[in-house]
Amino acid sequence: MKRLAALTTALSLMAGPALAVLPEEQLKDPALEARARDLSKEIRCVVCQNQTIDDSDAPLAADLRVIVRERLLAGDTDQEVIDYLVARYGTFVLLKPPVGVDTLVLWLGPLAAVLLGGVGVAFYWRSRARASTEAVRPLDNDEKARLAALLKETPPS
Amino acid sequence: MRRLAFIAPVVVFLGIAVALFIGLGRDPKILPSMLIDKPLPAFDLPDARPGTVDRGLASTDFTGEPMLLNVFGSWCVSCRVEHPMLLRLSQEGVPVHGLNWKDPGDAGARWLADLGDPYSRIGYDPTGRTGIDLGVTGAPETFVIDKRGIVRYRHVGPITPDVWDETLAPLMARLRAEA
Repeated sequence: MKRLAALTTALSLMAGPALAVLPEEQLKDPALEARARDLSKEIRCVVCQNQTIDDSDAPLAADLRVIVRERLLAGDTDQEVIDYLVARYGTFVLLKPPVGVDTLVLWLGPLAAVLLGGVGVAFYWRSRARASTEAVRPLDNDEKARLAALLKETPPS
Repeated sequence: MRRLAFIAPVVVFLGIAVALFIGLGRDPKILPSMLIDKPLPAFDLPDARPGTVDRGLASTDFTGEPMLLNVFGSWCVSCRVEHPMLLRLSQEGVPVHGLNWKDPGDAGARWLADLGDPYSRIGYDPTGRTGIDLGVTGAPETFVIDKRGIVRYRHVGPITPDVWDETLAPLMARLRAEA
């Protein structure tokens, strides 16, 4: 039983995601096909927006996969293929959007959040440190006299 | 200083809350068109209707007056919903051209024979390449093209009477008035 569980775990860990790329879409040249696959993993399917065109079964994603391969066969560089798609669908097709005015919040937002949080933490530690140094300061003479007076006032029992 | 330390996070929180709330009301499926204020990409397509040889669609057909370019397919359910509206518009004299997108064989032509044909010209785009050149993400989509062949607006989804009355009709009137 234990062995069976180990085997199924091992097998399920080995299973990769199902490929959307159809055999007839693939290029004969393995180097070009590898470039096409790498490019396809950077390009968002505009129909099912959280998938890459490499993953997506949408017909439009298949069209775009074929276009990527056609451009590569025609001798385009990776950047030229990307430019071709961006000219039609905008930078939204790139899963790694370029830094620009419209994506500034996206790129700098996390940094701003960390900075803001850091400032908050710094304030918190500073106020705590101040509170603790105040706590250990010895009583000055005035305070000692007041304390003695208070203790004297209190009845012994 | 203490007040600021209290107010700043509240302001930041409210800012993010408002931005996210606005985002909730937006349709993430609608991408901005890259063609706005640019000329139509060049294309010259045969007619989708067999027998009508000289009524295919080329990008050079968009000249003289503002026109609509409607991307449709017989496989597209929303196109069927939109269809009566297009028929109404063509009866009212609005120039509507069609792009029969990714339809196999004469499926588009038969669909039009069944439901009525609102298009003056139709380009047949079985491979979908012209649609991709236009940045089409799905059907129906409608482009508004001015009298110089410049794309001025894209509507994603069916043209409902509200969309026509509130957005497209005023835009077409404005484009007609342009020099």
